[in-house]
Amino acid sequence: MSQLLTYVLLGLPYGCIYALIALGLVLTYKSSRVFNLAFGAQAYVSAVVFYVAVRSGHWPIWAAGLVSIVVVGPLLGLLLDRLLFRHIRVAATVVKLGAAIGLLLGIPEITQVIVGTQPQDNPPSLFLPPSWVFKLAGTRVNGTEVSTVLAAAIVVVGLWVLFRFSTLGLEMRAVSESPRMVELVGVNSGEVSSVAWMLSSLLAGLAGVLLAPLFATLDSYNFTLLLIAAIAAAALGGLASFPWTVLGAVAIGVAQEVMTGYLPLNSVLASGLRPALPFVVLILALLFHPGLRSSQDEGDPLASCDPPPLRAVPVKAHREHLIDLSLPSLFTPLVVALAIGSCLTWVPQIWVGVITVGLTYATILLSLTVLTGMGGQISLCQATFAGIGAFAAGQLATHLGLGFIEGLAIGAVLAGVLGLLLALPALRLGGLALALGTLAFALLADNLLFPLSWVGNGQSGVYVPRPQIGPISFAGTRSFFLLVLAVLVICGVAIALLRKGTTGRFLAAMGGSEVAAGAIGINVHWAKMTAFVVSAVIAGIGGAMYGSYQGAVGADNFNTLISLLYLVLVVTFGVKTVAGAVNAGLAYAVLDHLLASAPSRFGGLAALLFGMGAVAFALHPQGLADLFTARWKDQLDRLRHPWHGRETVEVS
Amino acid sequence: MIDVGASRLSEVEKASSHGSAALCFSNVSASYGPYRALFSVSFSVPAGSVVALLGANGAGKSTVARVATGLVPVTGGHVFFHGTDITGWSAWRIARLGLVHAPEGRSVFATLTVEENLELDFVKSAGRHRADQAVERAYGFFPRLKERRRQLAGTLSGGEQRMLSLARVLSVPPKMLIVDELTFGLSPGIAAEVFSSLRALKDQGCTLLVVEQHVHQALAIAERAVVLAHGSIAYEGPISEMGDLAERLLGGKTAS
Ligand SMILES: Nc1ncnc2c1ncn2[C@@H]1O[C@H](COP(=O)(O)OP(=O)(O)OP(=O)(O)O)[C@@H](O)[C@H]1O
Ligand SMILES: [Mg+2]
Repeated sequence: MSQLLTYVLLGLPYGCIYALIALGLVLTYKSSRVFNLAFGAQAYVSAVVFYVAVRSGHWPIWAAGLVSIVVVGPLLGLLLDRLLFRHIRVAATVVKLGAAIGLLLGIPEITQVIVGTQPQDNPPSLFLPPSWVFKLAGTRVNGTEVSTVLAAAIVVVGLWVLFRFSTLGLEMRAVSESPRMVELVGVNSGEVSSVAWMLSSLLAGLAGVLLAPLFATLDSYNFTLLLIAAIAAAALGGLASFPWTVLGAVAIGVAQEVMTGYLPLNSVLASGLRPALPFVVLILALLFHPGLRSSQDEGDPLASCDPPPLRAVPVKAHREHLIDLSLPSLFTPLVVALAIGSCLTWVPQIWVGVITVGLTYATILLSLTVLTGMGGQISLCQATFAGIGAFAAGQLATHLGLGFIEGLAIGAVLAGVLGLLLALPALRLGGLALALGTLAFALLADNLLFPLSWVGNGQSGVYVPRPQIGPISFAGTRSFFLLVLAVLVICGVAIALLRKGTTGRFLAAMGGSEVAAGAIGINVHWAKMTAFVVSAVIAGIGGAMYGSYQGAVGADNFNTLISLLYLVLVVTFGVKTVAGAVNAGLAYAVLDHLLASAPSRFGGLAALLFGMGAVAFALHPQGLADLFTARWKDQLDRLRHPWHGRETVEVS
Repeated sequence: MIDVGASRLSEVEKASSHGSAALCFSNVSASYGPYRALFSVSFSVPAGSVVALLGANGAGKSTVARVATGLVPVTGGHVFFHGTDITGWSAWRIARLGLVHAPEGRSVFATLTVEENLELDFVKSAGRHRADQAVERAYGFFPRLKERRRQLAGTLSGGEQRMLSLARVLSVPPKMLIVDELTFGLSPGIAAEVFSSLRALKDQGCTLLVVEQHVHQALAIAERAVVLAHGSIAYEGPISEMGDLAERLLGGKTAS
């Protein structure tokens, strides 16, 4: 019994820190309809500021705490609100998530560019030092733990008072329902939601500074995990209820420690399940929490004051060009042919390699074109599917001596099966819930599946051979380039055909409104499952090609951060078109190659740039590339028909 | 372009300097993104009067109301409230001037209780310490609301929600009130009650702009009418001079 109490006491501080971030998530979700995945990164920023101020600047603890938590935290929140999130309140979920993920990836990189990448060991604690130890019910408790729990308790009580008794709290609750209607009673809703952002960012900063001393070094990855646990807690609270969110967070923190105590040491369960617990909780909460599945959103009664949303891509592009390369139609094939010819002849091998990698990325990204672009479903686990394809091809070749092509086929089928398995629970979810569910799935795979020696073999990785079809070997750089290109074209054409066929129409209808699609007799489940399976298969194929190019791949090549990066990439370049995926893949590969030789603090600059790209996209949801070509086409049209297209459409 | 705007402006200034107009639209155009809904609309609502805003479905009545209170941006022209140019002001600033808008459809906060809905209103319009008095006064108009003070407003019936909207304005009368189809979906008895509340407001000196489908009742309390057709003004003037336009509207509306 007293042993159980020990674990409970150990888990409590973690639970409290999760609760802080989770409260921030719920607060901003309610007040601005944005699920801010960047809170983990914001917590990291505050922790780094605190560390640098104390360790390098030799500031007193209280001053460092004040600056990092009360100044930097809310300021960051205010900036994000003013510059970004308030402008995308009514945008599509994929836009909002893309922006938040862009920040999640970008903010730690910016921080590293500024403070450098040297390890930040032994983070200081905010209140009582860990050396201050006393006994509680026979258990040793140290100062850091006590201060963490106390700080969290004060915050929770403060928030409760704020929401229950203050005018500001009342206004915040009203804003979460309808910011416009609040304005009608004379309240500046922009200011109220800014306060909500500052408050939740302050909570994130506090969580970051409190969390830091619980680990040996400051590592942004720990903050991402913190975020996931907080997401799980927020899901337990239905993204709405503060008390349930806090309870959920504490329960997760405690359960983790209790599991560590009682599970057999050194077993897969102990090493894999403990960190994976929040993901499991998240999946279960998403599946079974009634409030999450059917969005209990009351809806803004004044939503009809907004003009209809911009279409992401001109309708013409769908109809007229199956594979719209977004450039004038005669010009494009010529350029592409020239580029391919050059790659096969004079372009240096190293650049052919870069382009080949880009094309394998493009193949993987096409899987999002199907799922997100056509079906409107957001997946944050495409790298997992890609990993399945790559690992299957590698393992089958290594252990059974199968050829690469056979391995690739089997890998693709396996990915497809996994996609189907994932689609079954996903049928009940949509929008944000689906995105979070796939995120949890990807994290589960990272922790439980990929470390297994017969799957991803952890850090050691798996060898993937180059293909050999009959007598023809594709081991050479240029011949392999050609094969990758062929695979990409096949996948692209398959998608184009799918889009043209009945399933594509169903998917398009579903992307518009699932309920409406169901109401006119479209089998939504069938369409969704098709989209998931096709998408998983394509990702598997792309992953296998990527693995074959690299020669050896490990769990790190296909982890969750890579999945997030994929979404950001494809969102930036246009999620609706094949061309968007191709451009995104090529751009990332080229940039990554160029930055490989840069100093280490700039190593993550590619992720940073694309993260910011996604943010920019969120403000121009037509897709940046599509936006520019659309403008260009518009200009051209005007030159050709000066009397057309000037007047705005009149509705009477 | 600028010249025309300036000359109109001076006209309007002349009109409003007489202190006669509470609300004045001067060549106002508005659109929802690319869709234009109002085309150079001009009319004025004399202070202390009741004006009925009429027109077919989709004519732009709600858009006029939204433009007046800053919910939909003005793309051309000017809006004046008691002589102040409120063009481009955000909705909360306009509301603080005393121009209140009860929008079409649900106009209460469904996730707040009845009492919280009232408090939210009065904290800004009457100040914190007088808010409680105002809430009590609101209950005086509709005792049924007091019975349901702890209930979420979203669970009230349509008629009770309308009472709640009315209770807020009756308790602390604004300078001007715009009601958009306040009687939509109400039984004739309750609708009559709503109209008598509006009349009571008028007697307290509140200017009213009434958007209504119950044309005959609206015309019964109004002195003037503004008729919209396809986003433009078809008639503006006293009801007595409307002639057969009123008959046509009455006939058309009551038949449907
Ligand atoms: N959010 C919107 N986006 C695009 N167009 C809109 C939007 N809201 C209204 N419109 C259009 O603006 C025009 C005027 O609409 P409005 O709601 O003002 O009409 P109304 O006179 O109030 O009609 P009703 O009697 O049906 O309430 C209509 O043609 C309508 O289609
Ligand atoms: Mg209307």
